[in-house]
Amino acid sequence: MFYRFSLSHLAAALTLAALGACTAPQPGAEFNDPYEETNRAVHNFNKGLDRVALRPAGQAAAALPEGVTQPVQNFADNLSLPGMIINGVLQGDADGAITNFMRLVINTTLGIGGLADIAAEMGLEEESTDFGETLHVWGVPEGAYIELPGLGPSTERDAAGQIVDFALNPLSRLGTTDLARAGTASRAADLVIARGRLSDTIDSVLYESADSYAQSRLIYLQNRRFELGEPGGNGQIGGTGIDPFALDLEGFE
Amino acid sequence: MSQHVSRRLLLTGAVAGLAAAWLPRRAFALTSGQATGLVDNAVAEINGIIASGRSEAQMIRQFEGVFQRYGDTAYIAAFALGNDRRGKTNAQLSAFSDAFGTYLAQKYGRRFREFIGGQIEVQGARNVDNYIEVRTRAILRGQAPFEVDFHVSDRPGRPVFFNIVIEGVNMLLAERTEIGAMLDRRGGNLDALISDLRNAA
Repeated sequence: MFYRFSLSHLAAALTLAALGACTAPQPGAEFNDPYEETNRAVHNFNKGLDRVALRPAGQAAAALPEGVTQPVQNFADNLSLPGMIINGVLQGDADGAITNFMRLVINTTLGIGGLADIAAEMGLEEESTDFGETLHVWGVPEGAYIELPGLGPSTERDAAGQIVDFALNPLSRLGTTDLARAGTASRAADLVIARGRLSDTIDSVLYESADSYAQSRLIYLQNRRFELGEPGGNGQIGGTGIDPFALDLEGFE
Repeated sequence: MSQHVSRRLLLTGAVAGLAAAWLPRRAFALTSGQATGLVDNAVAEINGIIASGRSEAQMIRQFEGVFQRYGDTAYIAAFALGNDRRGKTNAQLSAFSDAFGTYLAQKYGRRFREFIGGQIEVQGARNVDNYIEVRTRAILRGQAPFEVDFHVSDRPGRPVFFNIVIEGVNMLLAERTEIGAMLDRRGGNLDALISDLRNAA
Protein backbone atom coordinates (compact mmCIF):
# COMPACT_ATOMS: atom_id res chain seq x y z
CA MET A 1 0.00 0.00 0.00
CA PHE A 2 2.77 2.39 0.95
CA TYR A 3 4.48 1.52 -2.32
CA ARG A 4 1.40 2.47 -4.30
CA PHE A 5 0.98 5.71 -2.44
CA SER A 6 4.56 6.73 -2.98
CA LEU A 7 4.32 5.86 -6.65
CA SER A 8 1.33 8.09 -7.17
CA HIS A 9 3.00 10.86 -5.21
CA LEU A 10 6.03 10.48 -7.41
CA ALA A 11 3.80 10.61 -10.46
CA ALA A 12 2.12 13.77 -9.25
CA ALA A 13 5.46 15.38 -8.51
CA LEU A 14 6.90 14.38 -11.88
CA THR A 15 3.81 15.62 -13.67
CA LEU A 16 3.97 18.97 -11.95
CA ALA A 17 7.67 19.21 -12.70
CA ALA A 18 7.05 18.31 -16.34
CA LEU A 19 4.20 20.79 -16.66
CA GLY A 20 6.16 23.55 -14.97
CA ALA A 21 8.96 22.86 -17.39
CA CYS A 22 6.74 22.62 -20.47
CA THR A 23 8.91 24.21 -23.07
CA ALA A 24 7.40 26.99 -25.12
CA PRO A 25 7.96 26.78 -28.86
CA GLN A 26 10.66 28.92 -30.46
CA PRO A 27 9.03 31.44 -32.76
CA GLY A 28 9.65 30.58 -36.40
CA ALA A 29 11.03 27.09 -35.72
CA GLU A 30 9.37 24.27 -37.62
CA PHE A 31 9.11 22.03 -34.54
CA ASN A 32 9.26 22.65 -30.84
CA ASP A 33 12.27 20.37 -30.45
CA PRO A 34 14.96 21.96 -28.26
CA TYR A 35 16.21 18.51 -27.17
CA GLU A 36 16.79 17.29 -30.72
CA GLU A 37 20.35 16.15 -30.07
CA THR A 38 19.36 13.96 -27.09
CA ASN A 39 16.20 12.85 -28.88
CA ARG A 40 18.22 11.65 -31.85
CA ALA A 41 20.46 9.60 -29.56
CA VAL A 42 17.39 8.04 -27.91
CA HIS A 43 15.90 7.43 -31.36
CA ASN A 44 18.97 5.45 -32.39
CA PHE A 45 18.78 3.48 -29.17
CA ASN A 46 15.09 2.73 -29.78
CA LYS A 47 15.81 1.64 -33.34
CA GLY A 48 18.43 -0.76 -32.04
CA LEU A 49 15.93 -2.12 -29.54
CA ASP A 50 13.36 -2.56 -32.29
CA ARG A 51 15.84 -4.29 -34.58
CA VAL A 52 16.94 -6.89 -32.02
CA ALA A 53 13.74 -7.43 -30.04
CA LEU A 54 10.44 -5.87 -31.03
CA ARG A 55 10.66 -6.30 -34.80
CA PRO A 56 11.60 -10.03 -34.72
CA ALA A 57 8.99 -10.68 -32.02
CA GLY A 58 6.41 -8.86 -34.13
CA GLN A 59 7.27 -10.99 -37.15
CA ALA A 60 6.83 -14.12 -35.09
CA ALA A 61 3.47 -12.85 -33.84
CA ALA A 62 2.39 -11.97 -37.39
CA ALA A 63 2.85 -15.63 -38.32
CA LEU A 64 0.30 -16.69 -35.70
CA PRO A 65 -3.33 -17.13 -36.74
CA GLU A 66 -5.66 -14.24 -35.97
CA GLY A 67 -7.69 -16.59 -33.79
CA VAL A 68 -4.76 -16.54 -31.37
CA THR A 69 -3.65 -12.92 -31.55
CA GLN A 70 -7.03 -11.18 -31.66
CA PRO A 71 -8.22 -12.47 -28.25
CA VAL A 72 -4.91 -11.37 -26.72
CA GLN A 73 -5.36 -7.88 -28.15
CA ASN A 74 -8.99 -7.81 -27.01
CA PHE A 75 -7.97 -8.87 -23.52
CA ALA A 76 -5.29 -6.18 -23.26
CA ASP A 77 -7.73 -3.64 -24.61
CA ASN A 78 -10.39 -4.61 -22.10
CA LEU A 79 -7.97 -4.18 -19.20
CA SER A 80 -7.11 -0.69 -20.43
CA LEU A 81 -10.76 0.38 -20.27
CA PRO A 82 -10.92 1.27 -16.52
CA GLY A 83 -8.14 3.83 -17.05
CA MET A 84 -9.93 5.21 -20.12
CA ILE A 85 -13.19 5.51 -18.21
CA ILE A 86 -11.46 7.53 -15.46
CA ASN A 87 -9.82 9.78 -18.04
CA GLY A 88 -13.14 10.25 -19.82
CA VAL A 89 -14.70 11.39 -16.54
CA LEU A 90 -11.75 13.71 -15.80
CA GLN A 91 -12.24 15.25 -19.25
CA GLY A 92 -15.96 15.73 -18.72
CA ASP A 93 -16.53 13.44 -21.71
CA ALA A 94 -19.64 11.62 -20.47
CA ASP A 95 -20.37 9.94 -23.83
CA GLY A 96 -16.87 8.52 -24.11
CA ALA A 97 -16.79 7.34 -20.51
CA ILE A 98 -20.22 5.68 -20.85
CA THR A 99 -19.28 3.98 -24.14
CA ASN A 100 -16.09 2.61 -22.58
CA PHE A 101 -17.98 1.57 -19.46
CA MET A 102 -20.54 -0.32 -21.57
CA ARG A 103 -17.68 -1.96 -23.46
CA LEU A 104 -16.07 -3.04 -20.20
CA VAL A 105 -19.33 -4.55 -18.90
CA ILE A 106 -20.29 -6.29 -22.15
CA ASN A 107 -16.84 -7.61 -23.04
CA THR A 108 -16.02 -8.78 -19.52
CA THR A 109 -19.27 -10.78 -19.33
CA LEU A 110 -20.46 -11.76 -22.83
CA GLY A 111 -16.93 -11.44 -24.19
CA ILE A 112 -15.60 -14.00 -21.68
CA GLY A 113 -13.31 -11.86 -19.57
CA GLY A 114 -12.53 -9.55 -22.48
CA LEU A 115 -11.26 -12.16 -24.94
CA ALA A 116 -13.97 -11.30 -27.49
CA ASP A 117 -14.89 -7.77 -28.54
CA ILE A 118 -18.65 -8.29 -28.58
CA ALA A 119 -19.25 -4.59 -27.87
CA ALA A 120 -17.64 -3.53 -31.18
CA GLU A 121 -19.97 -5.90 -33.03
CA MET A 122 -22.83 -4.10 -31.31
CA GLY A 123 -21.49 -0.79 -32.60
CA LEU A 124 -19.73 0.31 -29.42
CA GLU A 125 -16.29 1.22 -30.74
CA GLU A 126 -13.62 2.13 -28.22
CA GLU A 127 -13.27 5.81 -27.37
CA SER A 128 -9.52 5.65 -26.95
CA THR A 129 -8.09 8.16 -24.51
CA ASP A 130 -5.33 8.68 -21.95
CA PHE A 131 -4.11 11.15 -19.34
CA GLY A 132 -2.14 13.06 -21.98
CA GLU A 133 -5.51 13.88 -23.54
CA THR A 134 -6.89 14.80 -20.12
CA LEU A 135 -4.04 17.28 -19.70
CA HIS A 136 -4.84 18.66 -23.16
CA VAL A 137 -8.50 19.11 -22.20
CA TRP A 138 -7.39 20.87 -19.02
CA GLY A 139 -5.50 23.37 -21.14
CA VAL A 140 -1.93 22.17 -20.65
CA PRO A 141 0.14 23.01 -23.75
CA GLU A 142 1.82 20.28 -25.80
CA GLY A 143 5.34 21.23 -24.76
CA ALA A 144 8.49 20.11 -26.52
CA TYR A 145 8.81 16.97 -28.59
CA ILE A 146 10.66 14.18 -26.83
CA GLU A 147 11.55 10.64 -27.74
CA LEU A 148 11.38 8.35 -24.71
CA PRO A 149 13.71 5.35 -24.33
CA GLY A 150 11.75 2.18 -25.02
CA LEU A 151 8.49 4.07 -25.49
CA GLY A 152 9.18 6.13 -28.57
CA PRO A 153 7.88 9.52 -29.74
CA SER A 154 6.09 11.72 -27.22
CA THR A 155 5.76 15.29 -26.05
CA GLU A 156 6.32 16.77 -22.61
CA ARG A 157 2.58 16.72 -22.03
CA ASP A 158 2.13 13.14 -23.26
CA ALA A 159 5.13 11.89 -21.28
CA ALA A 160 3.61 13.34 -18.10
CA GLY A 161 0.35 11.64 -19.09
CA GLN A 162 2.08 8.29 -19.58
CA ILE A 163 3.61 8.48 -16.11
CA VAL A 164 0.23 9.20 -14.53
CA ASP A 165 -1.54 6.49 -16.56
CA PHE A 166 1.09 4.01 -15.46
CA ALA A 167 1.11 5.00 -11.79
CA LEU A 168 -2.62 5.41 -11.39
CA ASN A 169 -3.46 2.23 -13.26
CA PRO A 170 -6.71 1.22 -11.53
CA LEU A 171 -5.91 -2.44 -12.15
CA SER A 172 -2.83 -2.45 -9.97
CA ARG A 173 -4.52 -0.27 -7.34
CA LEU A 174 -7.85 -2.04 -7.05
CA GLY A 175 -7.38 -5.40 -8.73
CA THR A 176 -5.52 -8.47 -7.58
CA THR A 177 -1.80 -8.94 -8.18
CA ASP A 178 -2.58 -11.65 -10.73
CA LEU A 179 -4.84 -9.33 -12.65
CA ALA A 180 -2.19 -6.60 -12.63
CA ARG A 181 0.37 -9.12 -13.92
CA ALA A 182 -1.99 -10.35 -16.61
CA GLY A 183 -2.58 -6.73 -17.57
CA THR A 184 1.13 -6.02 -17.94
CA ALA A 185 1.78 -9.23 -19.87
CA SER A 186 -1.13 -8.72 -22.24
CA ARG A 187 -0.10 -5.11 -22.86
CA ALA A 188 3.39 -6.28 -23.82
CA ALA A 189 1.91 -8.97 -26.08
CA ASP A 190 -0.45 -6.41 -27.60
CA LEU A 191 2.51 -4.18 -28.47
CA VAL A 192 4.34 -7.07 -30.14
CA ILE A 193 1.25 -8.09 -32.14
CA ALA A 194 0.63 -4.51 -33.24
CA ARG A 195 4.28 -4.20 -34.34
CA GLY A 196 3.77 -7.33 -36.45
CA ARG A 197 0.53 -6.13 -38.00
CA LEU A 198 1.90 -2.71 -38.90
CA SER A 199 5.21 -4.20 -39.93
CA ASP A 200 5.39 -2.65 -43.41
CA THR A 201 4.38 0.82 -42.26
CA ILE A 202 6.78 0.91 -39.30
CA ASP A 203 9.63 -0.61 -41.31
CA SER A 204 9.21 1.98 -44.04
CA VAL A 205 9.46 4.81 -41.51
CA LEU A 206 12.29 3.38 -39.40
CA TYR A 207 14.43 1.63 -41.99
CA GLU A 208 13.57 3.01 -45.42
CA SER A 209 13.31 6.76 -44.90
CA ALA A 210 16.30 9.04 -45.33
CA ASP A 211 15.85 10.56 -41.84
CA SER A 212 13.78 8.24 -39.65
CA TYR A 213 13.97 10.62 -36.70
CA ALA A 214 12.46 13.52 -38.67
CA GLN A 215 9.76 11.25 -40.18
CA SER A 216 8.81 9.76 -36.79
CA ARG A 217 8.54 13.22 -35.24
CA LEU A 218 6.41 14.54 -38.09
CA ILE A 219 4.09 11.52 -38.08
CA TYR A 220 3.72 11.39 -34.29
CA LEU A 221 2.91 15.09 -33.87
CA GLN A 222 0.41 15.19 -36.74
CA ASN A 223 -1.34 11.99 -35.70
CA ARG A 224 -1.48 12.99 -32.03
CA ARG A 225 -2.92 16.42 -32.84
CA PHE A 226 -5.47 14.70 -35.08
CA GLU A 227 -6.49 12.36 -32.23
CA LEU A 228 -6.83 15.26 -29.82
CA GLY A 229 -8.80 17.31 -32.32
CA GLU A 230 -6.20 20.07 -32.17
CA PRO A 231 -5.83 22.35 -35.16
CA GLY A 232 -3.25 20.19 -36.85
CA GLY A 233 -4.62 20.39 -40.35
CA ASN A 234 -3.24 21.97 -43.44
CA GLY A 235 -0.08 23.93 -42.94
CA GLN A 236 -0.22 23.75 -39.17
CA ILE A 237 3.19 22.18 -38.71
CA GLY A 238 5.95 24.61 -39.54
CA GLY A 239 3.52 27.02 -41.14
CA THR A 240 3.90 25.24 -44.48
CA GLY A 241 0.96 26.71 -46.32
CA ILE A 242 -0.45 24.07 -48.61
CA ASP A 243 -2.29 25.77 -51.47
CA PRO A 244 -2.53 24.05 -54.85
CA PHE A 245 -2.80 27.40 -56.63
CA ALA A 246 0.02 29.21 -54.83
CA LEU A 247 3.16 27.59 -56.24
CA ASP A 248 4.85 28.56 -59.48
CA LEU A 249 4.98 25.21 -61.25
CA GLU A 250 7.10 26.25 -64.20
CA GLY A 251 9.37 23.35 -65.10
CA PHE A 252 7.41 20.77 -63.11
CA GLU A 253 4.60 20.36 -65.64
CA MET B 1 -12.13 26.11 -99.20
CA SER B 2 -8.90 27.17 -97.59
CA GLN B 3 -10.55 30.35 -96.48
CA HIS B 4 -13.34 28.32 -94.93
CA VAL B 5 -10.85 26.14 -93.06
CA SER B 6 -8.88 29.09 -91.78
CA ARG B 7 -12.03 30.79 -90.59
CA ARG B 8 -12.96 27.68 -88.72
CA LEU B 9 -9.48 27.44 -87.24
CA LEU B 10 -9.69 31.05 -86.20
CA LEU B 11 -13.02 30.41 -84.56
CA THR B 12 -11.72 27.31 -82.77
CA GLY B 13 -8.71 29.30 -81.65
CA ALA B 14 -10.90 32.06 -80.31
CA VAL B 15 -13.05 29.58 -78.41
CA ALA B 16 -9.94 27.90 -76.99
CA GLY B 17 -8.53 31.27 -75.98
CA LEU B 18 -11.75 32.21 -74.26
CA ALA B 19 -11.82 28.89 -72.47
CA ALA B 20 -8.23 29.34 -71.34
CA ALA B 21 -8.98 32.82 -70.01
CA TRP B 22 -12.02 31.48 -68.25
CA LEU B 23 -10.43 28.35 -66.75
CA PRO B 24 -8.44 29.84 -63.87
CA ARG B 25 -11.61 31.43 -62.51
CA ARG B 26 -13.28 28.03 -62.62
CA ALA B 27 -11.25 27.08 -59.55
CA PHE B 28 -14.27 27.23 -57.28
CA ALA B 29 -16.57 25.58 -59.79
CA LEU B 30 -15.27 22.14 -58.81
CA THR B 31 -18.22 20.36 -57.25
CA SER B 32 -18.09 17.91 -54.38
CA GLY B 33 -19.74 15.40 -56.72
CA GLN B 34 -16.77 15.64 -59.10
CA ALA B 35 -14.33 15.40 -56.22
CA THR B 36 -15.91 12.28 -54.71
CA GLY B 37 -16.26 10.84 -58.23
CA LEU B 38 -12.52 11.27 -58.70
CA VAL B 39 -11.79 9.36 -55.49
CA ASP B 40 -14.30 6.61 -56.36
CA ASN B 41 -12.81 6.18 -59.83
CA ALA B 42 -9.21 6.13 -58.59
CA VAL B 43 -10.07 3.54 -55.93
CA ALA B 44 -11.94 1.42 -58.51
CA GLU B 45 -8.96 1.54 -60.89
CA ILE B 46 -6.51 0.59 -58.15
CA ASN B 47 -8.72 -2.32 -57.07
CA GLY B 48 -8.95 -3.40 -60.71
CA ILE B 49 -5.16 -3.40 -61.06
CA ILE B 50 -4.74 -5.40 -57.86
CA ALA B 51 -7.36 -7.92 -59.02
CA SER B 52 -5.74 -8.26 -62.44
CA GLY B 53 -3.15 -10.69 -61.12
CA ARG B 54 -0.31 -9.11 -63.12
CA SER B 55 3.27 -9.10 -61.88
CA GLU B 56 4.25 -6.63 -59.17
CA ALA B 57 6.44 -4.61 -61.59
CA GLN B 58 3.58 -4.33 -64.10
CA MET B 59 1.15 -3.30 -61.38
CA ILE B 60 3.48 -0.58 -60.11
CA ARG B 61 3.77 0.84 -63.65
CA GLN B 62 -0.01 0.94 -63.78
CA PHE B 63 -0.23 2.60 -60.36
CA GLU B 64 2.07 5.28 -61.73
CA GLY B 65 -0.41 5.82 -64.57
CA VAL B 66 -3.29 6.17 -62.11
CA PHE B 67 -1.27 8.64 -60.08
CA GLN B 68 -0.56 10.71 -63.21
CA ARG B 69 -4.19 10.75 -64.30
CA TYR B 70 -5.79 11.37 -60.92
CA GLY B 71 -3.07 13.25 -59.06
CA ASP B 72 -1.64 16.75 -59.37
CA THR B 73 1.84 15.33 -59.92
CA ALA B 74 3.41 18.70 -60.77
CA TYR B 75 2.19 20.33 -57.57
CA ILE B 76 3.10 17.36 -55.37
CA ALA B 77 6.63 17.25 -56.82
CA ALA B 78 7.07 21.02 -56.46
CA PHE B 79 5.83 20.97 -52.87
CA ALA B 80 8.11 18.06 -51.95
CA LEU B 81 11.14 19.86 -53.35
CA GLY B 82 10.16 23.04 -51.50
CA ASN B 83 12.73 25.83 -51.42
CA ASP B 84 15.38 23.53 -52.84
CA ARG B 85 13.99 24.27 -56.29
CA ARG B 86 15.52 27.74 -56.19
CA GLY B 87 18.27 28.27 -58.73
CA LYS B 88 17.47 25.06 -60.63
CA THR B 89 16.87 24.94 -64.38
CA ASN B 90 13.51 23.97 -65.85
CA ALA B 91 15.15 20.86 -67.29
CA GLN B 92 16.25 19.81 -63.79
CA LEU B 93 12.81 20.50 -62.32
CA SER B 94 11.12 18.55 -65.09
CA ALA B 95 13.50 15.62 -64.61
CA PHE B 96 12.87 15.73 -60.87
CA SER B 97 9.09 15.81 -61.41
CA ASP B 98 9.27 12.64 -63.56
CA ALA B 99 11.66 10.77 -61.27
CA PHE B 100 9.61 11.74 -58.22
CA GLY B 101 6.43 10.32 -59.80
CA THR B 102 8.20 7.02 -60.39
CA TYR B 103 9.53 7.00 -56.83
CA LEU B 104 6.08 7.66 -55.35
CA ALA B 105 4.44 4.90 -57.39
CA GLN B 106 7.18 2.51 -56.25
CA LYS B 107 7.03 3.53 -52.62
CA TYR B 108 3.27 3.21 -52.21
CA GLY B 109 2.66 0.66 -54.98
CA ARG B 110 4.95 -1.92 -53.38
CA ARG B 111 2.50 -2.05 -50.48
CA PHE B 112 -0.55 -2.91 -52.58
CA ARG B 113 -0.99 -6.20 -50.69
CA GLU B 114 -2.32 -4.30 -47.70
CA PHE B 115 -5.25 -3.19 -49.87
CA ILE B 116 -6.28 -6.65 -51.03
CA GLY B 117 -9.84 -7.20 -49.88
CA GLY B 118 -9.93 -3.68 -48.47
CA GLN B 119 -12.51 -0.99 -48.95
CA ILE B 120 -12.52 2.80 -49.08
CA GLU B 121 -15.91 4.26 -48.21
CA VAL B 122 -16.57 7.88 -49.11
CA GLN B 123 -18.09 9.59 -46.05
CA GLY B 124 -18.61 13.06 -47.44
CA ALA B 125 -17.00 16.14 -48.93
CA ARG B 126 -16.63 19.74 -47.88
CA ASN B 127 -15.17 22.95 -49.30
CA VAL B 128 -11.92 24.12 -47.71
CA ASP B 129 -10.43 27.38 -49.03
CA ASN B 130 -9.89 26.66 -52.72
CA TYR B 131 -10.17 22.88 -52.72
CA ILE B 132 -12.50 20.09 -51.67
CA GLU B 133 -11.74 17.65 -48.89
CA VAL B 134 -13.19 14.20 -49.53
CA ARG B 135 -13.38 12.28 -46.29
CA THR B 136 -13.19 8.49 -46.51
CA ARG B 137 -12.97 5.54 -44.17
CA ALA B 138 -10.45 2.85 -45.06
CA ILE B 139 -11.34 -0.65 -43.95
CA LEU B 140 -8.37 -2.94 -44.42
CA ARG B 141 -7.98 -6.52 -43.35
CA GLY B 142 -6.74 -7.03 -39.80
CA GLN B 143 -6.77 -3.32 -38.99
CA ALA B 144 -9.14 -0.99 -37.22
CA PRO B 145 -10.87 1.33 -39.74
CA PHE B 146 -9.06 4.64 -40.21
CA GLU B 147 -9.76 8.03 -41.75
CA VAL B 148 -8.24 8.99 -45.09
CA ASP B 149 -8.87 12.44 -46.56
CA PHE B 150 -8.24 13.24 -50.21
CA HIS B 151 -7.71 16.91 -51.04
CA VAL B 152 -9.01 17.62 -54.53
CA SER B 153 -8.57 20.73 -56.67
CA ASP B 154 -9.09 21.56 -60.33
CA ARG B 155 -5.84 23.46 -60.74
CA PRO B 156 -4.91 21.84 -64.08
CA GLY B 157 -8.48 22.36 -65.35
CA ARG B 158 -9.70 18.94 -64.28
CA PRO B 159 -10.26 17.38 -60.85
CA VAL B 160 -7.04 16.00 -59.33
CA PHE B 161 -6.00 15.11 -55.79
CA PHE B 162 -2.95 16.97 -54.50
CA ASN B 163 -2.75 15.60 -50.96
CA ILE B 164 -3.74 12.54 -48.95
CA VAL B 165 -4.09 12.78 -45.16
CA ILE B 166 -4.19 9.49 -43.23
CA GLU B 167 -5.33 9.91 -39.60
CA GLY B 168 -3.95 13.42 -39.64
CA VAL B 169 -0.67 12.44 -41.31
CA ASN B 170 -0.14 14.51 -44.41
CA MET B 171 1.55 13.02 -47.50
CA LEU B 172 2.87 16.35 -48.78
CA LEU B 173 4.68 17.15 -45.52
CA ALA B 174 6.02 13.58 -45.25
CA GLU B 175 7.42 13.76 -48.79
CA ARG B 176 8.91 17.22 -48.28
CA THR B 177 10.69 15.87 -45.16
CA GLU B 178 11.86 12.82 -47.07
CA ILE B 179 13.10 14.67 -50.16
CA GLY B 180 14.79 17.28 -47.94
CA ALA B 181 16.65 14.55 -46.03
CA MET B 182 17.59 12.73 -49.24
CA LEU B 183 19.01 15.96 -50.68
CA ASP B 184 20.98 16.67 -47.49
CA ARG B 185 22.52 13.21 -47.72
CA ARG B 186 23.68 14.05 -51.24
CA GLY B 187 25.12 17.43 -50.28
CA GLY B 188 22.22 19.22 -51.96
CA ASN B 189 23.01 17.71 -55.37
CA LEU B 190 19.65 17.54 -57.17
CA ASP B 191 21.02 15.67 -60.19
CA ALA B 192 22.35 12.90 -57.92
CA LEU B 193 18.96 12.70 -56.23
CA ILE B 194 17.13 12.50 -59.58
CA SER B 195 19.27 9.62 -60.78
CA ASP B 196 18.86 7.79 -57.44
CA LEU B 197 15.07 8.25 -57.54
CA ARG B 198 15.03 6.83 -61.07
CA ASN B 199 17.27 3.92 -60.17
CA ALA B 200 15.16 3.02 -57.16
CA ALA B 201 12.50 1.98 -59.67
